[in-house]
Amino acid sequence: MYNLALRLMADPHEAEDVLQETFISAFRALPRFEGRSQLGTWLYRIAYNAALMRLRKRRVRTESLDEPGVAEGVDLAPRQFTDWTALPDKLLLRRELRDSLNAALLTLPESLRGVFVLRDIEGLSTAETAAALALTETNVKVRLHRARLALREKLSAYFASGAPSAGSHKELVSHAM
Amino acid sequence: MQCKDMLGSLSDYLDGELEAQWCAEIERHVAECGNCRVVVDTLQKTVLLYRTYGHEEIPEDAKDRLYAVLNLKAVR
Repeated sequence: MYNLALRLMADPHEAEDVLQETFISAFRALPRFEGRSQLGTWLYRIAYNAALMRLRKRRVRTESLDEPGVAEGVDLAPRQFTDWTALPDKLLLRRELRDSLNAALLTLPESLRGVFVLRDIEGLSTAETAAALALTETNVKVRLHRARLALREKLSAYFASGAPSAGSHKELVSHAM
Repeated sequence: MQCKDMLGSLSDYLDGELEAQWCAEIERHVAECGNCRVVVDTLQKTVLLYRTYGHEEIPEDAKDRLYAVLNLKAVR
């Protein structure tokens, strides 16, 4: 729940507020919870709606700020062909690289980000994600695929640009010795 | 199969939700196309990275504040 709120709001304090609102709303609505969905999915849905309400209030127009290629219906043909898969996982524990994962995620429009967070970070199934976000399963799959392709482009561009630097590698080796 | 033909099926392929015949077609294409091989490998790695490192734990102080708020509301 916290991850979804954090990724949507891009602000730890607002994510915390969303989390509080979610549980307060859930406690109030619990007597009316009919059990047609799983409790966890229901909570995700409340959190998602709470985050969207806040985003609307903030008048954040994330989608309009996105680069071409990320929005739905636009060509997503790969443009980055750098193979960075051999990068040691130890390097990825560095804050710098984790920050790059977070930054890439924030470039996605909310409609793709919510699906990606629930499916690939929170580990919900397609059906659970569809229920939580009030989408069809087909729509979840399409959005997830677009999100993954967009993130792959971002990370590939990041790694192709030379990050992590040679200094980072040297530092890692010196730590390991 | 051409490069653009497999692009739309890659997530299903990586998630193991694609029919065996399509999987075989993709694997045949990837064996011959270096760019597509990179796309498949880096797409898989992208998903793996977020699954492994994408989860942010809620800070302890935020958790404490949440419990405090919920207890407060619960007794009202």
